[in-house]
Amino acid sequence: MTTALPTAASTARSDSAERRPPALGGFSPAVLRIELRRVLRNRRTLAFTLIMPAVFFLIFGLPQRGQQLDNGSQVLGYIMISLAVYAAMVATTSTGAAVATERALGWSRQLRLTPLRPAAYIAIKVLTAMALGLVAVCVEFAVGAAAGVRMPAHVWLLAGLGAWLGSLVFAAFGLFVGYLFPAENVMQFIGPILAVLAMFGGLFVPLEVLPDVLADVARFTPVYGVGELARAPLTGDGVSAGALANILVWTAVFAVGAARLFRRDTARV
Amino acid sequence: MTSTHPAVELSGLTKTFGAVTAVDGLSLRVEPGEVVAFLGPNGAGKTTTIDMLLGLARPDSGTVRILGGAPADAIARGRVAAVLQTGGLLKDLTVGETVRLTANFYRQSRPATEVLERAGIADIADRVVGRCSGGQQQRLRFALALLPDPDLMVLDEPTTGMDVEGRREFWQALRRDARSGRTVIFATHYLDEADAYADRIVLVRQGRIVADGTTAEIKNLASGRLVRATLPDADQAALAALPGVDAVEVRGDTVLVTTADSDLVARHLLTRTAARDLEITSRNLEDAFLALTTDRTDHIGAAR
Repeated sequence: MTTALPTAASTARSDSAERRPPALGGFSPAVLRIELRRVLRNRRTLAFTLIMPAVFFLIFGLPQRGQQLDNGSQVLGYIMISLAVYAAMVATTSTGAAVATERALGWSRQLRLTPLRPAAYIAIKVLTAMALGLVAVCVEFAVGAAAGVRMPAHVWLLAGLGAWLGSLVFAAFGLFVGYLFPAENVMQFIGPILAVLAMFGGLFVPLEVLPDVLADVARFTPVYGVGELARAPLTGDGVSAGALANILVWTAVFAVGAARLFRRDTARV
Repeated sequence: MTSTHPAVELSGLTKTFGAVTAVDGLSLRVEPGEVVAFLGPNGAGKTTTIDMLLGLARPDSGTVRILGGAPADAIARGRVAAVLQTGGLLKDLTVGETVRLTANFYRQSRPATEVLERAGIADIADRVVGRCSGGQQQRLRFALALLPDPDLMVLDEPTTGMDVEGRREFWQALRRDARSGRTVIFATHYLDEADAYADRIVLVRQGRIVADGTTAEIKNLASGRLVRATLPDADQAALAALPGVDAVEVRGDTVLVTTADSDLVARHLLTRTAARDLEITSRNLEDAFLALTTDRTDHIGAAR
């Protein structure tokens, strides 16, 4: 075999011997930026996370204008926060569930030919999900403010934070479902499931409206706790131990489930 | 120095899927700078071998070393890149975005514009991947593989699904890029691709290497002509003793003689024996390929 390589080439090759893996497993703000742009370009995602909840608010909220809760707060504000939780959970779930599409397309396999670490990939997905969740909450709040919601500044802030951070549960849920079903159209069947969960979580109608048995069951479904948390600043009721337990247990269930499936996926090699 | 390590060192690789042995004790050493074709029919175990080579599949037994280390390490350092059949692309990104996104996964990479240019897709950088043809998507995968400026480039049937023109363009792009020092391993079942673009051909069949040599050596395996005649009770030893004869095979009443001097064999058969229905055919690389890779196990001996 020829071992005498041209000088330029051998220099290039020996340089590459000192190459190192990327910092942070390949995670970088530039990657996050491209992912975000990609999500914001998806009309379907935008329709379901930004437009639909706003329309729901206008349809279900506006007729309640002028009504008050027991503590004197606006019912309109209650509905707005509920729908902000809904918007954020759809946003984070759909971004998390995008791993299903990427697995179905074979992109995750393509990524394994690059230095990107699986953990960095998950971090990118979660951060993108949370960024879109934040946009969803802000849009819903902006629509609410424009439609006449008036609340003290700390309620806006705390309710917004509650709705946003609570949606982390659903980023985990989205990842869990995404690793469970490697289908390109996974959101088509998650969408209806989210709507049912939101219903049981008291985001569309107060649980008191449901039959007693259903209302009791509903308290154990994954949206209930986040809804209570986000509305607590407005209602002044505080967050019950049950609601807090609901959030913690479901977060644990989805995060552990996603982590296990994720590990199975990367170990499969 | 890197040059002390072989580019690829596979030893005793075995992989079974249920009752099927896809790769069967395969060993291969590739030196830096070689362009090697992994040639074999579908189902020969080429893709499984490449998956193990890249660390995408775990061998049941045997070891893989790439550039002196583990495959995952070589990938993390951007020293190996691959174009696989199964690697998918995101349909909603543009060609240019896909390249820029992937470039960010490496510590150092070539500029996006440069790899697009080298892969011959600079003109469609703004096109959404979902609207690109199969050939264009394949060239995009090639562009992605060029990003880290790898020491080792692995391509698995890179032109599958391309039309003749697409194949030609793809190999031109690869050739344009082929600079001395980079090791290239490509799997193909197209004989002409192996012949035209490889320095060395490794023929695989049923998960084993059945021949390994330069293109010329592989061709030599099939050099000469084949003389076939009907001759009951042929004297195999006498035929084998003729000058220039490589192999003699008797199948029932038919005798097949592989020889460098077909005239001499024909004259002998027609004048000294009762042979009739004599045929002389020339053999080419295609025959070598078929002989070495089909299930007939008779005159494989020629492969050494």
